[in-house]
Amino acid sequence: MSLKNQNLISKSEVIMNIKNINLSFGGLKALSGVSLQIKKGEILAIIGPNGAGKSSMLNVISGIYVPQEGVVEWKGKRRNKIAPHDIARMGIARTFQNIALFKGMSALENILTGRNILMKRNLFMEMLYMGLGRRQEEEHRKKAEEIIDFLEIQSIRKTPVARLPYGMQKRVELGRALALEPELLLLDEPMAGMNVEEKEDMCRFVLDVNEQFGTTIVLIEHDMGVVMDISDRVVVLDYGIKIADGTPDKVRSEKKVIDAYLGVG
Amino acid sequence: MKRDFVALDTFPKILKNNAEIYKGRPSIREKEYGIWQTTTWDAFYNRALLLAEGFYDSGLRRGDKIAIIGDNRPNLYLSIASAQILGAIPVPCYQDSVASEIEYILEHAEAKLAIVENQEQVDKLLEIKEKLPLLKNIFYDDPRGLEKYDVKEICSLDVILDKNREMNIDLDKEINKTSKDDISIMLYTSGTTGRPKGVLLSYNNIVSVTSIACEIEKTGPDDEVVAYLPMAWVGDNIFCVAQSYISGFCINCPESRDTLTLDMREIGPTYYFAPPRVWEGMHTQLMVRMQDASKVKLWAFNFFMKVAKKWGNPILDKKNVPILARLLYGLGYFLIYGPLKNNLGLTRVRMAYTAGEAMGPDTFLFYRSLGINLKVLYGQTEATVFVSLHRDGDVDPNTVGPAFPGVDIKVTDGEVFYKGSGVFKGYYKNEDATKETIDKEGWVKTGDAGVIDNNGHLKIIDRAKDVGKLNSGNMFAPKYIENKLKFCGIIKEAVAFGDNKDFVTCFVNIDLDAVASWAERNNVAYSGYIDLAGQSSVYDLIAMEIDKVNRDLSQDTELNDSQIKRFLILHKELDADDGELTRTNKVRRGLISERYCMLVDAFYNNKNNCFIETEVTFEDGRKGSISADLKIKDMNIYDLKDQVA
Repeated sequence: MSLKNQNLISKSEVIMNIKNINLSFGGLKALSGVSLQIKKGEILAIIGPNGAGKSSMLNVISGIYVPQEGVVEWKGKRRNKIAPHDIARMGIARTFQNIALFKGMSALENILTGRNILMKRNLFMEMLYMGLGRRQEEEHRKKAEEIIDFLEIQSIRKTPVARLPYGMQKRVELGRALALEPELLLLDEPMAGMNVEEKEDMCRFVLDVNEQFGTTIVLIEHDMGVVMDISDRVVVLDYGIKIADGTPDKVRSEKKVIDAYLGVG
Repeated sequence: MKRDFVALDTFPKILKNNAEIYKGRPSIREKEYGIWQTTTWDAFYNRALLLAEGFYDSGLRRGDKIAIIGDNRPNLYLSIASAQILGAIPVPCYQDSVASEIEYILEHAEAKLAIVENQEQVDKLLEIKEKLPLLKNIFYDDPRGLEKYDVKEICSLDVILDKNREMNIDLDKEINKTSKDDISIMLYTSGTTGRPKGVLLSYNNIVSVTSIACEIEKTGPDDEVVAYLPMAWVGDNIFCVAQSYISGFCINCPESRDTLTLDMREIGPTYYFAPPRVWEGMHTQLMVRMQDASKVKLWAFNFFMKVAKKWGNPILDKKNVPILARLLYGLGYFLIYGPLKNNLGLTRVRMAYTAGEAMGPDTFLFYRSLGINLKVLYGQTEATVFVSLHRDGDVDPNTVGPAFPGVDIKVTDGEVFYKGSGVFKGYYKNEDATKETIDKEGWVKTGDAGVIDNNGHLKIIDRAKDVGKLNSGNMFAPKYIENKLKFCGIIKEAVAFGDNKDFVTCFVNIDLDAVASWAERNNVAYSGYIDLAGQSSVYDLIAMEIDKVNRDLSQDTELNDSQIKRFLILHKELDADDGELTRTNKVRRGLISERYCMLVDAFYNNKNNCFIETEVTFEDGRKGSISADLKIKDMNIYDLKDQVA
């Protein structure tokens, strides 16, 4: 169970309000009539069997997919179609199910790319490494180093990511997302393909991010143990329909959820 | 710079002096956020005063104990300095200890404050806090994860260091109050036998011994050392802290344990200390990596390593070496040795030590032949480290060197005793143990069996309690024989028998990696460990190594009788899960001789094979059994006269 006070979160403000979403690809209905609220400071897990629409949901949250019907409100304002860099500016960062790092670059450089949106450009100053160029470089390097320290990846700082083991690459990807200093962090299966030890590390980092930076986290995960341990709230999808929403304990005992996972006999 | 350590007889006084004479020079460095951050001697001193003030406000007084738990971090070293300024006694603990071990030490030491590195250690202490009524406050260095802890006893060190407060205490006066007979530090021995004991070392112990050591090695303010060994270990306190105080050199704290090799390369220490397993690990890794090198490089490596083997040591010992050999060695240095040392981060190493365990002479000489001045020292916490030490130009891989200046060594009934200025003040709250260890004339019992050879070098043979007698009346030292066997690389573990017997026999575990690679190269087919261990060609291979050891032993008058007459290769690896090894991989002699008594009997009943079935525990806890019919092989025994020509 998460250590946080459940009451505290249930009272806190809603940063994203998703109402009655319908999303379909041609004739295929991915999400139908899903409503969902994301509250500030919580860790929300979206679970469900394969093809339940979890990744679609995440893509709706991040703004990559625009649903045919329904409303997405970000901090009380309705959000329409939006360009990826504007999503980042809004303070939403994500990691991917299949790692999407720059393979030839070092861990440090990858993390610095996450700062991209926060950098002000002045080609001339940067070429001369003076004034704003220099101040910026120092500032962003400092932030990147803080993230390296936070994720305990000092030993691979200068290693090209292609040479790193899978679990480490996932950690670097989390680092890049953190470099954006996001308000809302979306993690698409952060523990997939990891061994027990790597999973434990990742869990700790997710909790630490949430606790130390107050970042709101939405994650998709298959490992039920992990989900039940770290999330404050769990949303269950099945065939594009939301079938449960509540604390891990509550969701666990709900009949619909058990049926969806075990099949109806 | 020469200083007189009669007036400067305690660390607080020396530190104050350092802040003046080494003003602006680095005293401690830490890599943080990817950058080496330096603290100068004067800044270090000022911070130490500030922290001492804070400790005083928290109720720390003269004679109180203060626990230090964590990796080598500047703020933990600073805490030691601050405690000493107040006349309090720092008690560093092993950072890997579990809560119950720490509880014992903190309770025994009556620690009032604890200074810890991070959340991990805070959690441990909070777990046992209730059982430690004397422990008032816990200060931590790294605040990560601790912001939301709602415990009033815990506080960040930064809070004290940032506070602008009025001085409630005249620290100059406190510094002057410290005297050379005060206890400088209390170190708990690791406790392989029974509960850990707190060794009390005075300033006089440490300052006198360390200043001699600095004199021998001519350490100065330009030296660099990397602090990576546990702070609770006496070596860290002498090689890093004390020597840095006395010589004014800089201590470098690596970023984390994982980055040590990288940090070493960046710093290029001039002074390096490592236990044998670290040296051996580096050597093995290097050799394995060399196997992947291109043919030309491999040829050059092999050629120049031969040159180094022949001439490296005499050159290092400043002996007369023909000019051509010198040129060849110089070329080798340019092409091979130099780059190799650079890769290991040892380019600037001027002095290197190893201690704690026996080290294979081949590995030892490998490093020396590269021009690394590696030396062995023998010591104990109770002696403030130094009992004996190799000197430049007088290095013998089989010994631990002649006595340290000011230390007398004697061997009585095979056991080594010593006395000198480094002898500790006693075990804390344990008069009995103190009396048992130090006799009335000041001789300290080491518990090690040894001999002094013709050159005056001390040679450590074994733990005294393991040393037995053969029926011929000669000494039998199992570990000495086992170590000799293990140096060859294909023998992973060996257990020798011979106490109250006519001759020596031994069990052998082959090193699966090494022997498997040999089998591959020699087209020996095998299905697994048991199969490989039972092959007669493997027996021949091991016999060759044992033969070498026997020849070696035959040249030693005392150990001539300890030649191995019969041996067998065990069908399973000795394993800590089966209780045959300790968790630190030391052989549990008693248990093994009981469990395998059938095999031992077979040795002495002249049988040539023996069937055995053993229960094994798998890693997941399941049990199973393996059986094998083990062959016993006889060896040649050499006479003293048969000395190898």
